Amino acid sequence: MSKKQENKIGLDFKTDWAYAPAPEDTKHINLQKQYDLFIDGKFVKPNSKKYFDTTNPATEQKIAELAEADEKDVDKAVKAARKAFDKWSKISAKERGKYIYRIARLMQERAREFSVIESLDGGKPIRESRDIDVPLAANHFFYNAGWADKLEYAFPNRTPKPLGVAGQIIPWNFPLLMAAWKIAPALAAGNTVVLKPAETTSLTALKLAELIRDSGLPDGVVNIITGAGRTGAAMVNHPDINKIAFTGSTDVGKMIQKAIAGTDKKLTLELGGKAANIIFEDAPLDQAVEGIVNGIFFNQGHVCCAGSRLFVQESVADIVIRKLKDRMETLIVGDPMDKNTDIGAINSKEQLLKIQEYIKIGKNEGADFYQSSCAVPGKGFFCRPTLFLNASQSHRIVQEEIFGPVLTVQTFRTIEEVIEKANNIAYGLSAGIWTDKGSKIFNLSSKMRAGVVWANTYNKFDPASPFGGYKESGFGREGGLHGLMPYLKF
Amino acid sequence: MERLEIQKTYKIFIGGQFPRTESGRFYSLQNKKGDILANICLSSRKDFRNAVTAARGAFGGWSGRAAFNRSQILYRIAEMLEGRKEQFISELILQGASSKTALEEVTLSIDRFVYYAGWCDKYQALFSSVNPVASSHFNFSIPEPTGVVSVIASEESSLIGLVTAIAPIIAGGNTCVVLASESKPLCAVTFAEVLNTSDLPGGVVNILTGKSDELHSHFSSHMDVNALSYYRKNKSEIKTIKENASLNVKRIFIYDTLDITSDKAQSPYLIFDTQEIKTTWHPIENVGSAKAGY
Repeated sequence: MSKKQENKIGLDFKTDWAYAPAPEDTKHINLQKQYDLFIDGKFVKPNSKKYFDTTNPATEQKIAELAEADEKDVDKAVKAARKAFDKWSKISAKERGKYIYRIARLMQERAREFSVIESLDGGKPIRESRDIDVPLAANHFFYNAGWADKLEYAFPNRTPKPLGVAGQIIPWNFPLLMAAWKIAPALAAGNTVVLKPAETTSLTALKLAELIRDSGLPDGVVNIITGAGRTGAAMVNHPDINKIAFTGSTDVGKMIQKAIAGTDKKLTLELGGKAANIIFEDAPLDQAVEGIVNGIFFNQGHVCCAGSRLFVQESVADIVIRKLKDRMETLIVGDPMDKNTDIGAINSKEQLLKIQEYIKIGKNEGADFYQSSCAVPGKGFFCRPTLFLNASQSHRIVQEEIFGPVLTVQTFRTIEEVIEKANNIAYGLSAGIWTDKGSKIFNLSSKMRAGVVWANTYNKFDPASPFGGYKESGFGREGGLHGLMPYLKF
Repeated sequence: MERLEIQKTYKIFIGGQFPRTESGRFYSLQNKKGDILANICLSSRKDFRNAVTAARGAFGGWSGRAAFNRSQILYRIAEMLEGRKEQFISELILQGASSKTALEEVTLSIDRFVYYAGWCDKYQALFSSVNPVASSHFNFSIPEPTGVVSVIASEESSLIGLVTAIAPIIAGGNTCVVLASESKPLCAVTFAEVLNTSDLPGGVVNILTGKSDELHSHFSSHMDVNALSYYRKNKSEIKTIKENASLNVKRIFIYDTLDITSDKAQSPYLIFDTQEIKTTWHPIENVGSAKAGY
C-alpha cells in the first residue's frame, strides 16, 4: 500500500461524540466544615491553633479547613502510638487480623461516600476513584488482615516481630489508597501508626480516621495528623519513631534518608518514576494504544509509575502515533464528578504551574508539541492530554518526572537500543512492554532495571502484588508477602 | 392456647438445593432421654453420585474465581455463622454438648473460616516457585486445585468437624461432597443453610447425612472423584478406601489422629493436600547484551 492511500477516511469525533452530562450524586456524603487531628482515638484541636483550607481543584472552591499539626502535636501522636503499641502488640494475632477485617468491611460498605470525597478533594475522575482507588484500598485492608496470624508461614525459620511506631507520609495522587497501602501492612505486622496525608488531599484520610474510630480499633493504634512539609519533618525527626515509610518525590525522599542517618529508624521509600512504555512492531497495536493512554493519562498522569516515556519501534511509529492521536481526541477532560470524564482536574494550582513549566521547557528543547483539541472548563485546574514527539534522551522532559498528562515519544530500531535507552535514567520504578512474543517479554522484563514490569498491560495494581522501585525510585516493597517485610524485624 | 412450634425438616444439600434423599430412607436422631430430635436422611449411593455431578459442575466456576473473591466468600461464611451462633449453640446442646463447649465449638468454627478466608489468596505465594533452570527458559511452578474431593467428616464433632474438613478444600478452589457425623448431624444441615446464603455457588459444597459403613466404599470408588479426606478411625474403612483409591489414583488423606479442635488442625499445608503442582516452561529470547537472569 502506498503512503498516499493510508488514512484517507480521517476520523471526526467532533460531531457525533457529545455525551450528556452524567454527574455523580454528591448529596449523600458527610463532611464537616472543620477537621481536627485524630490522636489516641479522638479528634483533638491542634496545639498550633492553625487551620488551612482544602479546596476542590475542579472548582477552586474551599471544601473544609484542616488542622495543622506542629511539633507538639506530632509528639502527642507519637506518644499515643507508643502507648498503644504495648497493648496492640500483645493482642493475639488472630484478633488483630479481625480488627483489620472490620476496617476493610466498613470501607466496602461506605465505598461510594469515600469515592465521591476522593474526587471532590483531589480532582480525579469519579470513575477511577469508584472503580480503582476505593475498592483497592479496601482490598488492601482485607488482604493484609489475613496475614496477621500467618506471619510465621510468610517468613519461615524466623519469628517476625513488629518494629514499634511507624511514621507514614503519603502523597496526594492516591490519597486513600496510599493510606491503605501504608496502614494495612503496618497493623497486620503489629505496629502502631502515625500517618500524615498530603496537605491538598487529606479528607479521605480523615474519613478513614472516623471509620477506624467506629471500628473499635484500640485508641492510639492509628493516629492521623494533617499538615504540610513541616509536619512531615517533625515526624521524620521524632526520636521515638521506629520506622519511616514515605511515598512522594525523590527529592524529599533523599532529604528523609539523610535526616535519619545516624538513627536506628528503618526506612522505606517509594519515590518518583519515569517509566519506559515500549511498543514493538509485533505488538497488538490497538491494545497497545489503549495501554499508552492508560499508562500516561490515568489519574491525570499523577502516577509515580506512569508510562511517561513512550518508545515505539520505528517501523510502526507512524501508525501508532496516528492511532494515539485519534484516541486522544476522544478523551474527555473536565468535571471529575461526571462519570464520562476520562481526565479530571490537576490536583493543585502549584502542580498545574509545574506541568505548564515543563511544557514550556519541552517546546524550548525542540521536541514537537501536540495536544488534543478537547474543551477544557474555564474554572479549575485542567490540562489537555499532551504529547512531545521526536523527543530525545537528553531532553529534560525525558529525564525528569513531570507528574502530569504529558507523554514524550521516542522511536527505536533494535531491542538493544531500547533496553539501553529505557534504563538510562536515574529512576527505576516500572516499565511496560508490548509484543505478541512471549520470549521477548521474558527477555525484556529481566533487562528492565525497574521494580514492576507490565507486559501487554499497564498500571495494574493488586494487594497481592509487590510494588516498589529500583535505583532512585526508592527501596522496599508494598503489597504481597514482600510488603510485610518493611514492618517486621526478624 | 400455647403456640405449637414448627419443627424443621432436616434434608441434605446437593447443588445448592435441599432435596430429601432419593432413597426415601431415614434414621431417627434421639437425645439421651430417648426423645426423637429429628428424622435424618439416610443418604444413598445415588445421592452421592448426584452430589459428585453437582460438585464437578461447580468446579470450573469455583476454581476459576479470583482467589480474592474466594477469600471474600469464605469471610462471608464466617459472617453468616456469627449471625447464626445461637442456633448452632442450641443444636450442639441438643446433641449433648454443654453450653460452654458448644460456645467454644461455634466461635472456633467462625474463627477457622476467617483463618482460611485469609489463606485463599496467600498460600500460592508460599507454595509457588520460580525455578532457575539452566537453559534459557522462564520456568515456574504453581499450585492448582485437584478437583472434586469427597470427605468423610469426623464422627465425634459436629460443626467444627465439618468446618475443619471443608474450609481448606474450598479455600484452595476445589469442590467437595461431605458425609456429616451420623450421630451429630443437626449442625450439618444448618451449616448448609449458612453456605447457601454466603454467595458460595451451588455445588461447591454438598453435604450428605447417613452412614459411613454404607457410603465409604462409594466415596472412595467413584471415578470422577479426585481425592478423599477421611477424619475417622475405622481401620477397615481406611483399608477399603485406600484400596478403592487405586481405581483412579485418588489422593487419600487420612486425618485419623488430627485433634480438630487444636491449632494443628488449621494450616496452609492442609490446603496444599488437595493441590496439584503445575510447572510451566516458556522460552526466553536471548537478544540484548546478555542472557536473561531468571
